[in-house]
Order: sequence, then C-alpha cells, then structure tokens
Amino acid sequence: MSKQLGENYYRKLLELQQLEFALVELTLYLDTHPNDLQALQQFNQLAQQRQQCATQFEMEYGPLMQFGHSFSKYPWQWVETPWPWQV
Amino acid sequence: MWIYQKKLQYPVRVSKCDPRVARYLVEQYGGADGELSAALRYLNQRYSIPDKVIGLLTDIGTEEFAHLEMIATMIYKLTKDATPRQLEEAGLGPNYVIHDNGLFYNNSSGVPWTAAYIQAKGDPLADLYEDIAAEEKARATYQWIIDMTDDVDLQDSLKFLREREIVHAMRFKEAVEMIKADRDTKKVF
Repeated sequence: MSKQLGENYYRKLLELQQLEFALVELTLYLDTHPNDLQALQQFNQLAQQRQQCATQFEMEYGPLMQFGHSFSKYPWQWVETPWPWQV
Repeated sequence: MWIYQKKLQYPVRVSKCDPRVARYLVEQYGGADGELSAALRYLNQRYSIPDKVIGLLTDIGTEEFAHLEMIATMIYKLTKDATPRQLEEAGLGPNYVIHDNGLFYNNSSGVPWTAAYIQAKGDPLADLYEDIAAEEKARATYQWIIDMTDDVDLQDSLKFLREREIVHAMRFKEAVEMIKADRDTKKVF
C-alpha cells in the first residue's frame, strides 16, 4: 500500500460509516413507512450532514464515488489505494 | 444504474490469519442463503413486484452487495497470509489448486453458486415470503459462524451482518402487510 493511514483516517471513515448506517436504516424504514414525517425530517437532516462529512473525507483521502459523483485532484485519484478491503 | 462507494458499509477487522473460518464464511459469499443470492434475488424480483415495494427491494438488494464486499474482505484478510499447507489443513486445498488466493462464488463445501438457489414466482406474496425465509436462514448461518470462531473482531462484523438480516426480514414482513392491505382495499370497491 502506497499511503500510510493515520488514526485520523479511521476516525473520519467511522464517522461517515455511522452517518450512512443511520441513513440506510431510515431509507429502509421509510420504504415501508412513507408517511412518517419525523423520520423523513431526520433523513433529510442526516443526508445533509453526510454530504458535509463525505466532502471533507474526500478532500483529504480522495474520491469515494466514481462517474462524476466525486471530484478528483491531479493525477486521477480513483485508481489509488487503499481499496476498502485493504484497510 | 449503480454507483460504487470506495468504503465498506461497516468496518471489518480480523485478529489473526484463520483459513478455517474463511472456509465457513464462503457459505455467505456463494452459498444458497449467501449475500450474492440475496442481492440477485431481490434485484431480479423488482420487475414484477407491485410499485409500492419496488423501492424496498431495490434498497435491500443494493445493501446486500455491500454485505458481499464485507464477506469478501473477511475471507481476503483471513487467508492473505496463509501458506498452501495452512490452506490445505483448513480444507481449502482444492480451492488453492483451482483459484490460488482468488475468491470464487461457491459454498463452504466448494459447490459453485447456481441460479437454482433463488426464485422468482411473479406472485408478490410468494416472492416476499421467500425473501423473509432467505433472511432468516442467513441470520441462522451467521449465528453458526459466530459460534465457530473466538476472534472477537471478526465476531463484531458478523454480528452487524446478523442484525441486518433481522431488519431486512422485518421490512419484508411489513411489505407483505402493505400488499395484503392493498389487495383487501381493491376487494371492497
């Protein structure tokens, strides 16, 4: 692996995983409870938080998504390690 | 279309090289009630299910691919430092001869994945009941694998996956009720 990953990487990654876990849960819940306004508000609020958290993570550690959903610095960062199973 | 995220859904850590447990985990990779079966089952059933539950099948099917990547990560981490001799002792000798360290979609006994593991009846209730059963079977398998290891790091990730099966089964049960309610409404009018 080319890059040494510090404690900060794992902390930021975990923060993102925690936010996204809540969003996955709310998504599945809303799929069967589409009229729950409180859950929907929580979903939109967390979606905004996730976006900020993901942007910060990507600025530091490179793109999380491809096909134009994330930005890249030069040279093309998508192909850089680590891949998820390598951390 | 699908967009990949370059991160795991939940952290996967292992505390030792352990090809014996990796072999059991392959059941959840390419076995009948594994994550590949789950993802392909739900994403294929979407096309004939009532509109009300297409979203649920899409989202759970997508989450299953995240679980598939977690299982692959576990197998990768548990076997990457193993010698051919260690693999052989774990019963993975034939796997090594065919695939080296490559992962493959087969079950823990080495039987290749087959589409016969999954069903699409077209009947929404029949399909959803199959999905509920699949989640319950996967939950049970995760429990048996947790019982087969003393690696607490690995157990943590496996417990996450076990809990996801419970949530998925619950959501599918709600989808059954939604379809029943819809059907009953139609009978009245």
